[in-house]
Amino acid sequence: MPSLSVHVGGLDLCNPVLLAAGILGTTGASLCRAAEAGAGGVVTKSLGSVPRAGHPGPTIVQVECGLLNAMGLPNPSYRDFQDEIETARKGGVPVIASIFGSSAEEFAQIARGLRADAFELNLSCPHAEKYGSELGRYPDLVEAVTGAVKAASSVPIWVKLTPNTADILELGLAAQRGGADAVVAINTLKAMAIDIETGYPILGNRFGGLSGQAIKPVAVRSVYDLSSRLEIPVIGVGGITTWEDAVEMIMAGASCIQVGTALMKGYGVFEEIISGLSRYLERKSMTLEDLCGMAGRRS
Amino acid sequence: MRPLNSIIQEVISEAPEVRTFRLDRNLDPAPGQYVMVWIRGVDEVPMSFSGPDTITVQSVGVATQALFQFSAGDSLGLRGPLGNGFILRGKNILLIGGGVGTAPLAFLGEQARSQGLEVASLLGFRSRDDLIFETRFEALGDTYITTDDGSVGIHGRVAEGLKGLNLSEYDQIYICGPEMMMWDIISKTREHAGKTQACINRYFKCAAGICGSCCLDPDGVRVCVEGPVIMADRLLESEFGRYRRGPSGGKGLCKG
Repeated sequence: MPSLSVHVGGLDLCNPVLLAAGILGTTGASLCRAAEAGAGGVVTKSLGSVPRAGHPGPTIVQVECGLLNAMGLPNPSYRDFQDEIETARKGGVPVIASIFGSSAEEFAQIARGLRADAFELNLSCPHAEKYGSELGRYPDLVEAVTGAVKAASSVPIWVKLTPNTADILELGLAAQRGGADAVVAINTLKAMAIDIETGYPILGNRFGGLSGQAIKPVAVRSVYDLSSRLEIPVIGVGGITTWEDAVEMIMAGASCIQVGTALMKGYGVFEEIISGLSRYLERKSMTLEDLCGMAGRRS
Repeated sequence: MRPLNSIIQEVISEAPEVRTFRLDRNLDPAPGQYVMVWIRGVDEVPMSFSGPDTITVQSVGVATQALFQFSAGDSLGLRGPLGNGFILRGKNILLIGGGVGTAPLAFLGEQARSQGLEVASLLGFRSRDDLIFETRFEALGDTYITTDDGSVGIHGRVAEGLKGLNLSEYDQIYICGPEMMMWDIISKTREHAGKTQACINRYFKCAAGICGSCCLDPDGVRVCVEGPVIMADRLLESEFGRYRRGPSGGKGLCKG
């Protein structure tokens, strides 16, 4: 059996398949369940400085090729989440806290007050006013937020980037300048769906973010561009549903990957991807390291 | 799946704060399953089926208050049926319902009778004015009613009605109602928890098993897809009856 363990962005992972932010990350128990199902690490729901109820429903719409969501960053605030993180740690894998704020100082305040194995900075949620991509689309703000959290915390800092920009590479370089230990690409693509019976936008927030299979080629390209230019590792996320998707994302340059929307099929998706990846490496007599960034070495 | 458009065919007032909406679609639900009802421009909320083409709703919040403004001819968006419903087992069953929680049980009881099962019902309401579906249950078999104020039937909570029943006689017990009422019954009848199916409620956002807002401690059961019907023995050692998470994911008290 080929080894699937990796060291990425300051964390030792038993395998490179992680649970993405915002998916089954509201409770310690559900994070634990993801770990027990095989995830090499788990990312919490994004946590802010004050409780938020999130957007009114519908919060999701299933479309032909993926999933639209506008949850609206619901969370009980970081102060009320430490217990959930402690519970999640019983799963035995690193627990990465996704955090968001409207300024570098607010991010830093959360990072000072919360204990986790790493922080993932949500600079990319496309549907919450004053947060996420509203900061994350500006390279100077990405750098400032990353720098502030890095100074406030001693654990690894990952920065999750938005694809809703002309050039994601600029954002990745900004995160690197700010001292990020890794970048995570990509968050959802800004999108909407309209009810043709009545003309109402379906999401309660009117627009939201598209995830799932539709965005995988966008994610693969983003990871490819980022990994070819950055010194820090790139964590690939966006539409990974099967082990073949995982192989493709790693070939694009991802050091590890995250799975989100595919969890709609159930927790078994971790085992499917991990065992498929393992069999693939065995068949090809390759290591994860050989696979990582292979596409960039082909010419 | 995008929401299906559905035209309300009829609105029936069951009690002061309870109305039944008959839809133009039979989504072929199992009793205990639910549908996400989109009240356009307001919110999307989960509702239990009270029949193959009806939902019965208690006015409790912004979305249900908006729904109560609707009449025949108005339209809703529907996503469902969703989740796991009740499963009929054995020959002799007992239904235990409280308030609007009696709705899926009336639907279940009718399905059970049509398959030849014996059905008995124990139903609790606050008072005479809140009684719903009395005739539907009485048509199924023995029906025992409790009211908190004693205006009809046995005076007291639903658990008072248990005293006259021998639960060992029933092959399967089905329960739905306010959380503290269900917890009261389940915790007093622990030895029967392995044959008790409970239809429970948590804060649903996605209703697709991915957002995690409805997960039950300590096992992380995703109530929206693995429930809402859950065997009572799984609930005994869970958060059920102790606390529940609200829209933000923060823990709060169970009400009702």
